[in-house]
Parts: sequence; structure tokens; C-alpha cells
Amino acid sequence: MNSGERIFDIRNIRVTFDTPDGPVKAVRGVDMHVNAGETVAVVGESGSGKSQIMMATMGLLASNGRAEGSVTYRGQELIGLPRERLNRIRGAKITMIFQEPMTSLDPLYTIERQISEPIMVHGGLSASAARKKALELLKLVHIPDPERRLKSYPHELSGGQRQRVMIAMALANDPDLLIADEPTTALDVTIQAEILRLLAELQKKLGMAILFITHDLRIVEAFASRVYVMQKGEVVEEGTTDDIFHRPTKAYTKMLLAAEPEGSKSPVSAGTPILLDANKVSVTFSSGGGFFSRSAFELKAVQDVTLTLRAGQTIGIVGESGSGKSTLGRAILQLLPSEGRVVYQGVPIQGLDRAGMRPYRRNLQMVFQDPYGSLSPRMTVGEIITEGLLVHEPTLSAREREEAAIKALEEVGLDPIMRNRFPHEFSGGQRQRIAIARAVVLKPTVIVLDEPTSALDRSVQKQIINLLRRLQESYGLSYIFISHDLAVVKALADYTIVMKTGRVVEQGPTEEVFRDPKSDYTRALMRAAFNLKEVLKRPTEAHA
Amino acid sequence: MTDIATNTPEVAAGAPVKGRSLWATAMMRLRRNKAAMASLVILVVYILAGLFGPMISPHHYATVYPDYVRVPASLEAYPREDEIVPQAENVLARTRLDINSIEVDGNTLRVEASSEREIDPRVTRYLDRSDIFSNARITETSADGRSVVMEADVERLRFIFGTDGNGRDLLARILISIRISLMIGALATGVALIIGVAWGATAGFLGGRVDNVMMRVVDILYALPFTFFAILLVVFFGRNVVLMFIAVGAVEWLDMARIVRGQTISLRRREFVQAAEALGVSSGGILRRHIIPNTLGPVIIYMTLLIPKVILLESFLSFLGLGVQEPLTSLGVLISEGARNMRSAPYMLLYPSIALTLLLFALNFLGDGLRDALDPKDR
Repeated sequence: MNSGERIFDIRNIRVTFDTPDGPVKAVRGVDMHVNAGETVAVVGESGSGKSQIMMATMGLLASNGRAEGSVTYRGQELIGLPRERLNRIRGAKITMIFQEPMTSLDPLYTIERQISEPIMVHGGLSASAARKKALELLKLVHIPDPERRLKSYPHELSGGQRQRVMIAMALANDPDLLIADEPTTALDVTIQAEILRLLAELQKKLGMAILFITHDLRIVEAFASRVYVMQKGEVVEEGTTDDIFHRPTKAYTKMLLAAEPEGSKSPVSAGTPILLDANKVSVTFSSGGGFFSRSAFELKAVQDVTLTLRAGQTIGIVGESGSGKSTLGRAILQLLPSEGRVVYQGVPIQGLDRAGMRPYRRNLQMVFQDPYGSLSPRMTVGEIITEGLLVHEPTLSAREREEAAIKALEEVGLDPIMRNRFPHEFSGGQRQRIAIARAVVLKPTVIVLDEPTSALDRSVQKQIINLLRRLQESYGLSYIFISHDLAVVKALADYTIVMKTGRVVEQGPTEEVFRDPKSDYTRALMRAAFNLKEVLKRPTEAHA
Repeated sequence: MTDIATNTPEVAAGAPVKGRSLWATAMMRLRRNKAAMASLVILVVYILAGLFGPMISPHHYATVYPDYVRVPASLEAYPREDEIVPQAENVLARTRLDINSIEVDGNTLRVEASSEREIDPRVTRYLDRSDIFSNARITETSADGRSVVMEADVERLRFIFGTDGNGRDLLARILISIRISLMIGALATGVALIIGVAWGATAGFLGGRVDNVMMRVVDILYALPFTFFAILLVVFFGRNVVLMFIAVGAVEWLDMARIVRGQTISLRRREFVQAAEALGVSSGGILRRHIIPNTLGPVIIYMTLLIPKVILLESFLSFLGLGVQEPLTSLGVLISEGARNMRSAPYMLLYPSIALTLLLFALNFLGDGLRDALDPKDR
């Protein structure tokens, strides 16, 4: 195969969606190409239209979308191609993997069936030949114990393994081009590194081209050779990875590059009063058991975690999904039944019921991860922000509450006029500001922030981090900051706790932990987060 | 500092831009659904007909016209013109006058008569004695008194849907039965709504053992045969429509409770409920402000589907003879009467059936339309 050959060519593609408010132009005339065997990244924030281009080329647009322009694969025009002829190319020569490994496999069928069915349909193989091929593919993507995995159902696999299965399915018909649409966004950093390493290795072995769509610049830098930067449906800048990262010419690219969280927080002095003291907190989840029987199954989500929060301090809790960090945050606030001893300003609050906790709730606030889920869709922003006041200051009049809402919205940098709108009219970043306003309006002393920036684009993330910093300075707030994102924790926290499977693996002042991590687990996390290029160069071993 | 710029992804994703609540969006989607909009119009017509129809209808639903039993539906007025004249001739024959002409002009009968002798003005009494003429009078008398022009009012009635076996106007009865059916539908659904939402939301929100006990109660009530329950009620409380349908509502809330409970359980795990808990909002407050408003979509859909169910149920009960009492009537009663007279008077079955079918279609289409409008993900 001639490696310089241009195999995939997108010319002046426009994607328009018909909405009740008139046509929305998601992509406005984009030119792109992929050469055989190369890795091209498309970078942009959410809504830049990067995924929609790929959907359009694969004929997967939503029913109200239209694509115009030209997409050619080895001289064959794809736009407007009848479904049957398109199917000969998509799924065979051009394949795609998606963001959500949890939902892109059918839960009712075994892995074997899911992999072998497309091979039988596209390649015309017999059932036994397809099975052999499926096994081969699972070995290719380094799934441990592939014979046994063939018989597994998707729910028996971890997220990383499922994404490997998806990749195996994409490779089944020896594609020329693999389109990867944020394939690692839903995965933990260490697993993300493994998947990327696998993709790089497979590319070397099979010689296919990869078109990688992502919002994460660190991945691009480590993984791609050429980059397209997209904004609002247009390509802002294109060039080699080296050029884009070291010699960006456009303001938007520069802004994206500068959006990495930066700065650090100096630790509070040892004499500062202790606000919150959690001693040997454990949380056990039990499931199963019916009306008449005791529970059948127990899961220790958090085990014996001790933590001391001083006034003005920010404790960062880091860990991968399933490490129990969010559970710990909720247990400290007594939102979950837990064991141990939690003391707030000298008062033990452990095990208090709803009514007993109420006086302390105003001081112990929480901001949740998902800005789309944490705001009730049927309440206006003003109502959402002032709900806490209804509970803690029932004497306030409606007018006073409204004034409080206006002040809180100004505090978080939103226009107070917006208080009569509903949450779905806001972007993710704005919603997270609203969630923060809801916490701040009560003038708390402690806020537990549960992954408040994880669902946001880097540039918005940076704004939220700055906002949190500003609020901490002006009100002397203390934060417990839960995140899987080491870069954000490094920027915001002065003390870091690393958790794994419900236990504390390592803790210490942020600066120390990041400079000289003691445990292997922390070191692996650091490598995957800050030194992806290095990780991708190492040979792959079979695990996920 | 504000990140208004990030609003663009919303636009690109095709989401509404501004100033539009969930309900407004749903309404907009509904408006494009022609069947649902037509149903809405029909429903409004029905409600108006149920409210004002019996007031403006020319006949009272309980008035009996013994002369016009099972008169077929027609636009013509009764008695017919060709029946009036022979009747008049018949009556006037006894006056022993020479009848020169008999004319029917709308609601008046005009008779010119003459005689050899002078005519006694009391001849009009002969006309008055007949059932169909009233207020007979002499309008003109010739100078010699030997010829007169008499006029009498003829009561002419229109029964455009015909009359039933007792001689009552079917249109008036259909109008009153629409009122009864809609009232019963609204009443029973209202009761089901209140009990079902409160029960389901409480069970789902509290969870655990409370939920278990509450839902087993629902299961037990489910197992009760409905017709048996209805007969028991009639035995104990007599035939009282309102009571009956409060009772029907008290049975129909079971489905509602299950739907709301399911919704509540999924809502309870949503972050905004946890956020409210973290704010210290009491259970009641969470239920009132967060859970119940968010279950409204499915609840409203179920409601539009429950109303026809209840109306049908009432028809069924009335058909069995357990429903409303004479002279009040309902669509079910009318249909059951119509079915008995199907051969002799098919219109007695036809019109009430059309009325019921239209109503049920309208409610069902509207329910479907609302479901699509409120839950676009399903499509």
C-alpha cells in the first residue's frame, strides 16, 4: 500500500439540522483528508461539529439532518450513495468506534455472536470460521483469556474490555480507515492509555489509517501526526501535530492549548482550626434480599478512610471509577449510611437523621458531577438556587429570596436576567455555575465538589476552576474536591488523597504527592495523565 | 467571565435556543400532530356540548312525548304536514261547516270555513280538543257571519336524532349523557390521580420495607374482581353515580400508583434529588418540588388514556344495569337501549355509538399525541 496515497477526502461538507427554530448549521464547509496509514486527529470542543462530519460521511445523521458536499473514499463518492452500496464500504473498509463502550454492545448477545455476526454477513464466512476469526480478533486486541470471553455477555466485561471488543469488531473486515469518535473519553486514565497504546500498535501491525476525534489535546499530542482544529462547524487551523502544538497561529488554537489547568494552592498552616474531621469512615452497600430475607450480598465501597479538613483548605481526592471517592464524599455529608465518626466543628454528626442533619446542611454543601442531572428540569434557575433558603431561612420573603438569587448569579458570573429560565436552556458550564450558585447562596463553610469539571470542555473547566478559586478566597471556603483528573486536582488542591478500591493508597500535600509519588498505583496514574507519549511507546501487555 | 459562547453547542445539537419551557416545546410538537390537534378540537366541542348542550337543547332529556315514541331520526318537524291536514279535516268534520281550505303555514293552521247559518265562534273548541292543535281562534269573520277564518297553533317538534322507546328526544339524551360521561371520566380520573400519585410517589421515594408493604397492598387490590366490587358497592350504597365513580377512581389508581412509583424510583437516584437532600430539604419538600413535577409527563399521558377507560367502564356498568339511574342517562345506557331496539329503531344504536366512538378516539389520539410530544426520545 502506498502510504502517501490520499484515501479519504472530505470536500466542502456542510451539515444542516432542521429544527423548530429554523435550520442549524452544524458543519459549515469543511475540507479534510486522510492519507493511507496516517493518524489524523480532529480536535474541538463540544458542539464544534467534529462528530457530525463523521456521522454524515457514514450516513448516520439524525433524521432531521442533511449533508451536502463531497466525501470520497478512494474515488468513490459516499454522500448520497444508496444504503446497500454504502454498506459495502462502511463497516468493511471504513469502520467506526464510539464513545460509549457501555451502550454500544447489545446486552442480550454473547461477545462471540456480536463479533462473528458482521463477519458472517460481510465476509460470507461459515459459523465455525467466523468463530475462529472472532477468537483471533480478541487475541489481537489483547483481551485476557479470549476463549472464555467469547462466551461472556457484555455486562461481564469492564469498560476497557468492552472498548477492546468494539475495536475488535471494527477490525474484523481489515478496514483501511478506522474512525474513532472519542473512544477513550468514558474510560479511566490508565485504561485510556492502554486503549490508545493498543490502537497505535494495531495501526503499526495492520497499516490502517486512523481518524481520531477528541477534545483532549494531550491525547492528540501523543497520538496523532496531523491535526485539524475545529470551532463552530469550521476548521480553524490544520497542520502537523508539531506545528499546531508549538507554533499555533490562530487565537482559538492558542486558547485551547492554554486551557490546561494551571497554578497551585499553597497549603494552610498547621495551626488553622479543624472544620471537619472524619475518622475511619466505611460504607458498605448491600444488595439482594427480598421481603422476608436479609440482604445477600455486600460490597465495601469505602473502608476506614480518615480525613481532616481545615479552614480554607482544599483536599483533593483522586481515584479511578469504582475507587469509592464519590461514596466517601457523600458519606462525609451523611447522605449515605456509613460507619465511623465524623465531627463538624466539634459536633459529632455521624449517623444523624434527616432532621438532625438539617441545621448543619447549610454549612456543608455539595456540587455534583453531572450539570445536566443535578438541576431539576421543571424548576426555574431562580427556584433552584433559592431552594436551600426555603429550608434554612424560611422567614425570607419571596422578594428577598429573589435578591439572593440575583446576587448569587452575579457571584458565579451569570447574568441575573437568566433566573427565570429553565436549566435545559443553558450550556454545561453555565449549569455548573448554577449548581455552584445554589451551594454558595447559603454561605457554607465546606463544599464537597464531586467531579464538578469532568463533564466540561477544558476551556470551560478552566473558568470553573478560576471561579472556585475566587469564591474560596472571598469567603474562606474549604473544599473537598473529588476528581479523576489529576491535572485539575494539582491546580486546585493543597492536600491530595489517592484512593483505590475503597482504600487510601497514598496521601500528603499535593506538591509532595505529585513530585514524588510513593505507591505504584499513583505512579501509574501520573504516567497516564501527564506522560502519555511515554506510555504509548511501551510494549502492550494483555490486560484491561 | 460568562461563558455565553458555549451556548453554541446547544444550537448545534438542535436543542431549543431560548425562552422555551418543556411544556412549550411539547405543545409545539403536539401542534404538528394533526390527529392530536383534531382530537383536541373534538374534545373541546364535546366539553362545550356537555356543559351547555342540555341548556340550549329544545327538549328536556326527561320530557316524554307519548305521541312520538320511537320516531326515526329526521330533519322534518313532527307532526308532518300530510298528517296535520287529515287530522284537521277529521276534527272539523264534526263542526258541520263547509271547509273551503286548510293550510299549514309553519306552526299555524289556517282554516277557511263557511256555513248556511251564522257561525258560532265557539266552533274553535273542536280544534282545541285535538292533541296537536292549541290556541284556536277566529281571526276573520265575514260581515254576514257566515264565513270565518280560523287559526290554530300546531306544536311541531323536531327530533333530529329521533326519539327513544319512551318518546324522549335522543339528541337531548345524548347531550346529557355526554355531560355525565365526561363528568364521570373527570371525577374518577381525578380520584385516581390524587390517590395514585400520592401513593406511588411515597412508596417509591421512601423505598425499602414501606415500599414493599405499600405495593403489596396495591397487588392485593389488583386481585379483586372489579365487577364483583362494583356490585358490592351498589348493594351497600345504592345506585349513586357520584359515589360509584369515586369508587371506580379508587380502583383505577392502582396503575397510576405503579407508574408513578417506577418514575419516582428512577428520579430518586437522579442527582437533583440528591442535591435537594444535600440542601436539607425535607422528604415532603423533595416529593412536592422535585419528584411529582417530574413525573407529570407520564401521569398526564396516562390520564388521557384513563379517561376513556373509565367512560368505557361506566358504559359497561350501565349496560349491566349498575350505572346511572333513569331518567338520567349515559352513553352506555343509551347504547344498551339501542342494542335492544336495533331492528325496529337502528338510529337509537347508531347515534349514541357514534358519540361514544368519537369521544374515545379523540381521547386516545390526544393521549398518544401527548406521549410523543412529551417524550421525543421514544421515536
